[in-house]
Amino acid sequence: MTSKPKVAFFDFAGCEGDQLEIINLEERLLDLVEVVEVVSFREAMSEHSDDYEIAFVEGSITTPHDVERLEEVRSNADTVIAIGSCAAFGGINSIRNEQDFETVTERAYGEDAAMFDDPDAELFDSFEQAQPAKAFVEVEYEVPGCPIDGEEFIQTVTAILQGGDPSLANHPVCVDCKLAENTCAFDRGEICLGPITRGGGCDATCVSQGTRCWGCRGLVDNPAEDAYSEVLQEYGVTTDELLNEFTLYWSWQREHGPQADMQEAEQ
Amino acid sequence: MSQDIDIEGELVTRVEGHGEIVVNATDGQLEECEWHVVESPRFFESMVVGRDWDEIHHIVSRICGICSVTHTMTGLKAVEDAMDVELSEQDVKLRKLALAGETLQSHVLHLGYLALPDLVGAKSVVPMANTHEEEVKTVIRLHKLGNELIETVAGRSTHAQRTIPGGFSQLPREAELRDLRASLEGSWNDVETVVDLVLSLADELPEFTRETEFISLTDPDGYALYDGVPYSSDTGELDLADYREIVNEHVVEQSTAKFTKHDRDSYMVGALARFNNNYEQLGPMATAVADRFGLKPICHNPYLNNVAQLVETAHLIEHSIELIDSLLESGLEAQSDYHKPDVDVTAGQGVGAIEAPRGILFHEYALDETGTALEGNCVIPTNQNHANIQLDMERLVPTIIERPQEEIEHTLEMLVRAYDPCISCSTHYLDVEFVDT
Repeated sequence: MTSKPKVAFFDFAGCEGDQLEIINLEERLLDLVEVVEVVSFREAMSEHSDDYEIAFVEGSITTPHDVERLEEVRSNADTVIAIGSCAAFGGINSIRNEQDFETVTERAYGEDAAMFDDPDAELFDSFEQAQPAKAFVEVEYEVPGCPIDGEEFIQTVTAILQGGDPSLANHPVCVDCKLAENTCAFDRGEICLGPITRGGGCDATCVSQGTRCWGCRGLVDNPAEDAYSEVLQEYGVTTDELLNEFTLYWSWQREHGPQADMQEAEQ
Repeated sequence: MSQDIDIEGELVTRVEGHGEIVVNATDGQLEECEWHVVESPRFFESMVVGRDWDEIHHIVSRICGICSVTHTMTGLKAVEDAMDVELSEQDVKLRKLALAGETLQSHVLHLGYLALPDLVGAKSVVPMANTHEEEVKTVIRLHKLGNELIETVAGRSTHAQRTIPGGFSQLPREAELRDLRASLEGSWNDVETVVDLVLSLADELPEFTRETEFISLTDPDGYALYDGVPYSSDTGELDLADYREIVNEHVVEQSTAKFTKHDRDSYMVGALARFNNNYEQLGPMATAVADRFGLKPICHNPYLNNVAQLVETAHLIEHSIELIDSLLESGLEAQSDYHKPDVDVTAGQGVGAIEAPRGILFHEYALDETGTALEGNCVIPTNQNHANIQLDMERLVPTIIERPQEEIEHTLEMLVRAYDPCISCSTHYLDVEFVDT
């Protein structure tokens, strides 16, 4: 019998909601630990080992210390998988990328914001931008979403273990929305990012719950921009309204493109 | 015998977020004893600026995965306060139900997955699946029940969608609520199993007492979770509008740390604070659990926050059943599956407070006349506990300093875990540095 593949989980700047979604798999998580050996999962375990083949990383990279940790993970693992939108493409954390950093620190820390200029205050050595893991190291696969979908996570892990291809779907959320027989959010007067957001893992849950697509799974690889702008024109959406939507999850992606190459981003 | 101790900044495991314990002693003389928080800042107060009133809750939900419902709803309460939006009685009950679900899943997650391994001497819940199979399955069932509560009411358990300004975009069906009620009624055996297990291990919880102040919400109409006004065990009722004067975020002399303090040098928030302040309003099942542990207010042992969470677990099940009964009795008033409550967008400043699983949470926003956020402020429960953790460590360490280093480390880790710190929640952290006592 071959030994079980060793997997490890690591978190950076984020809400840890993706690891929570994995814990929320409950009994199915117990099934999963039948086929893999979890050697590191700080949120749930005291054990830790640097001997692992598959590493899952959650959260954005925001400090030089994060980069050191991430590079160490990369050098230990054969396969690195970004889980959640913050790790995959910056996500909500990247809202601040569009804001002036000095203003950002002042708003959060008031008069103590000077700490961010103090070279001795190591904990405050923060990058001006929140960036995904792939801005610094090679990332083999992504499970996007805010939070991730537990089912999609299991499919990804299963595909990797079976030597298959865990590539993401590349159709817009609109396809899932039609399958769910939802009333179009535009028809309800909402601005919806469904037409250009990657579907295939969320079942258009937000629209199904009565709201709209916020774009949490990132842009599809080749967004049908012309068709989308026609829709926007038809419903009278202004450029300002749209730009505001684009800066919710996509600030990093907008700058670097939906298929932003590894290492391309500024460190 | 005097020993050298060097416990140096290993990340504490089985807590949410990143924190470190640092203790140094030479020849039995304590030189350093610090609780460090090393979470990367995320700047939510800045991220909300310029965003619309109807997306603020969506953003602040991402402060914390484990208590995302609470952050969402506290954000909503603050925005609704700013624009004088009144909720229907039905919507308030539904929000209370979703909140009960989140606190239930959070308490069970902490007790069962994070704290219990300490008591049975395991490194995590994973080996417990072999040594305590039935108990682990019981914990899983209870954890799922909490998540089902949230999913039924708010749509999904993490970063819920249906909770929006003015009410809900979509309602659960009455049949779903009836199913949920049956599951809640059917969970008492599971609660009993966990109570029995924790009770059999209760001797493992250290005897340690340091008198402190407890702050929570309080509400004449019931055990305060969603509604109420701030209350201090030292000074009584407080005004929510003055929340900045309650928490007094400040920098301590000779340190870069931002702490909170009210009547004393520190205070505690969370399950034990709620238990101490509102004990009389617990349901009968919850009171019975407390009795089995001999837990009475006012309890000053922070390790018993674990037991207070267990007491609240029983209370939350009772409370949820009551809420469902009350909703079903009046019958759910129907609305569209894509409901958007009427909200008059106005300029204003609003504060919201809710008892998150880990304690009182404050959000405040200022909005302009288009409902765009001009500024935001969030005071997180875990932030409010840091000074208390630090002072507990300073009192505790000298009393155990002759013990083996591993035991000291373990006792301190258990202390930190007892507070159930949710460190990634923090929107702003400064390095916690204390001078020696």
